Amino acid sequence: MASEEELLEEITSSEYKYGFVTNIESDKAPKGLNEDIIRFISAKKNEPEWLLEYRLKAFRNWEKMEEPDWAHVNYPKPDFQDLHYYSAPKKKKELESLDEVDPELLETFEKLGISLDEQKRLTGVAVDAVIDSVSVKTTFKDKLAELGIIFCSFSEAVQEHPELVKKYLGTVVPPGDNFYAALNSAVFTDGSFCYIPKGVRCPMELSTYFRINEANTGQFERTLVIADESSYVSYLEGCTAPMRDENQLHAAVVELVALDNAEIKYSTIQNWYPGNKEGKGGIYNFVTKRGLCMENSKISWTQVETGSAVTWKYPSCVLKGDNSVGEFYSVAVTSKHQQADTGSKMIHLGKNTKSTIISKGISAMQANNSYRGLVHISKNATNSRNFTQCDSLLMGNNCGAHTFPYIEVKNKSSQVEHEATTSKIGEDQIFYCKQRGMDEETAINLIVNGYVKEVLNQLPMEFAVEAQKLLEISLEGSVG
Amino acid sequence: MSETLAIKNKDHFLAHFRNLDFSFDVDFSKTKREEAEKWVKKLDFPTSKTEYWKYTRVNKLIKGDYRMDFPEGEIDIDLSVPSKNCIVLVNGYFSKELSWFSAEKGVNFSSLSDAKENSSIIQKKFATLSKDQDEIFAAVNTAYHQDGAFLHLEKNAVASEPLYIIHISDSESALSNPRNLIIMEEGSEAKVVLKTISTQKGTSFTNMLTEVFVDRNANLEINKVQEEGEQDYQIACEQVEQKKDSHFKINTFTLNGALVRNNLNIDLLGEHTETWLNGLYLLQGKQHVDNHTHVFHREPNCVSHELYKGIMDDQSTGVFNGKVFVHREAQKTNAYQSNANMVLTDDATINSKPELEIYADDVQCSHGSTTGQLDEEALFYLRSRGMSEKSARAVLLNAFAADVVEHIGVESVKEEIEAFIDSHYQGIK
Repeated sequence: MASEEELLEEITSSEYKYGFVTNIESDKAPKGLNEDIIRFISAKKNEPEWLLEYRLKAFRNWEKMEEPDWAHVNYPKPDFQDLHYYSAPKKKKELESLDEVDPELLETFEKLGISLDEQKRLTGVAVDAVIDSVSVKTTFKDKLAELGIIFCSFSEAVQEHPELVKKYLGTVVPPGDNFYAALNSAVFTDGSFCYIPKGVRCPMELSTYFRINEANTGQFERTLVIADESSYVSYLEGCTAPMRDENQLHAAVVELVALDNAEIKYSTIQNWYPGNKEGKGGIYNFVTKRGLCMENSKISWTQVETGSAVTWKYPSCVLKGDNSVGEFYSVAVTSKHQQADTGSKMIHLGKNTKSTIISKGISAMQANNSYRGLVHISKNATNSRNFTQCDSLLMGNNCGAHTFPYIEVKNKSSQVEHEATTSKIGEDQIFYCKQRGMDEETAINLIVNGYVKEVLNQLPMEFAVEAQKLLEISLEGSVG
Repeated sequence: MSETLAIKNKDHFLAHFRNLDFSFDVDFSKTKREEAEKWVKKLDFPTSKTEYWKYTRVNKLIKGDYRMDFPEGEIDIDLSVPSKNCIVLVNGYFSKELSWFSAEKGVNFSSLSDAKENSSIIQKKFATLSKDQDEIFAAVNTAYHQDGAFLHLEKNAVASEPLYIIHISDSESALSNPRNLIIMEEGSEAKVVLKTISTQKGTSFTNMLTEVFVDRNANLEINKVQEEGEQDYQIACEQVEQKKDSHFKINTFTLNGALVRNNLNIDLLGEHTETWLNGLYLLQGKQHVDNHTHVFHREPNCVSHELYKGIMDDQSTGVFNGKVFVHREAQKTNAYQSNANMVLTDDATINSKPELEIYADDVQCSHGSTTGQLDEEALFYLRSRGMSEKSARAVLLNAFAADVVEHIGVESVKEEIEAFIDSHYQGIK
């Protein structure tokens, strides 16, 4: 990494040059990060001035920040000057139908088991597939458009609905929120945008599949979901990544806004490449996810985390409106050398607000799995209620499971409960299953499935099936 | 806080120790003081960025003006201690007049400075547990401690009566660094009462450190009663080491004090140990009480039980941070941690952080934390039986605290705490 002074000089000198460096012609920005790169990204995407300002503001914030190290994870710190911050697939013409998609890309999708057309036909799920930062394909858009629902790539939203983006971008996760959120705000290339108009109940599950394609490209997704008054949406996010030997950085930001009486259900399955048996390679997943709840609204996060070498993720709810509800259901599985530090934050600001946190951690082989959560009940959040349960299951004596809950209560009428247990699978349970003719692996799968059922039940049907399979694969070979 | 301001505050605080003369001290202790002083210079006082001190600001503690020189005077106080053994410390110094002992076989109870000159075991143990290299307040205590109590139970010795250690802050703005050392040899048994009180109305600062060694098969119970004045500051640290088959119990009662911070660290070094940590904090006014506990399970087959309860009234703030650490080797560990809080007003705050860090798989570990209020139905029931609201509340608060109080093994202390709770919440007798 360039020394601090060099960097500073580079930045201060570049500030005088108005505009961006024009000698960058390729679809891939050169390695490194400075204001010129940000101007380049912004220009490539043909963004309005206010968005560029937003990015630059975030970048200046980011420069002053230090990479956090309080999480219970160990990893070599990424070199932020050694990454490409922008890359686009070769063909970036607007596509109307599936036929126009590069067959090679389609093939990759098939390999990943995400057949776009099959999904389209069989499940009625609208899929917005993102490959390396630029949206390639959006389906079901017309059908949704009839209802006034906007579901498109983020860059499209910037072009077509700038007033909505401008109004809500950064309202839940401000550009200076934390190190990775600031970085994302500065360099995000694309993502998904969703707007549900007043009183509309979205008729289908909206879904985005992410993958990381090109080597050395940090992915900085930006998702913004707005549910206007009395609307409802269920949003699915699932991720896969091909085998890779080099650590990859992923720092996404997801912002949810649930206006009065609205409900957002946000489900995630994350199974990025976790690294090989020795713990080499794998994705770094440093995500900021936060939802804002206005009066009588509800945001529910459900996540199944099985992938990534290092996960650092705390989906949160800011319960600002009275009577709003926040929920968090999570299954985090770590195996091999995976490390996860994940949990939820529930910030109670409004009266009669309620939140539930159910977190199930499974740790196997050499993995470390931490739950870190915050429940904050402010003085005005009278009659608020929180229930937190975080259980950890340990498999093998080289793994670790940890619980770090923070509970802050500032009034007399609220009730907060937290409970956590850590144990291994009971030998008597396994014995019982084996006695009924199951082998040990099947028995463990059965018990694990029972253990996480509470969370999987929250997932939409198709996802639940996939999640269950995923758990089995993730824990393969960790028994015995 | 800017860096220069932090340095200024630190200098201000350390200036209190500049003219202290420890030339009278024995050699090994002097060496320890010098080592610790190096750490004092190196370490910083915790700030809001220090995770371990996240909810407690020490600024006002270190910015205060204190004094450490006291004329030897008599203080008029009736301690009414129901025991034959009592060591009294006044502003950190040993008070011969107020202390009394009765000889018992195998029980050595004296002031720390007496022990330093006469006991050989102290050389091996003194300042080996205190975390001077990590904690500035521990380093300050080691470097500048005045005196303290020394308790040594020889092999298989049993103390027939509870042993009292009482620290009195007797002077306004007294800064005391009392230092205690408790050594329980194999198979010995004792009950200790560790009490801090105050006879003045100003602001004193007591930074107490107690090192405790519990050898194989030994059995020790400490009842810690913190009842200083409502302006007083206190940082109290207990460093405990438990060997195989030993039993250790500590009950912490925080009844008064403006800012109280307890650091309780217990290291389990042998198999089949049993440990109980209980705490009760009853806060009112603008009190701030912070309980930090840390239990290290390093060996298999150990059991630890933790129960902390608190009632926060007025504008008070309670903090609980309990950590259970289970080492990879510590299979078959059973660790339970429970923290229950009652918040009585909208201006009171509780910050609870029960932590588990577990690296062994064949364990049973659980923790729970609750925050709530008096049960409306229970209140209604009692009132329907003809009780005033006040008495009904007192009965329920008493019951809430009773879980912790019943762990006290010294009858007189139990009665004292019960009486305190009764009068505190003005209940019926």
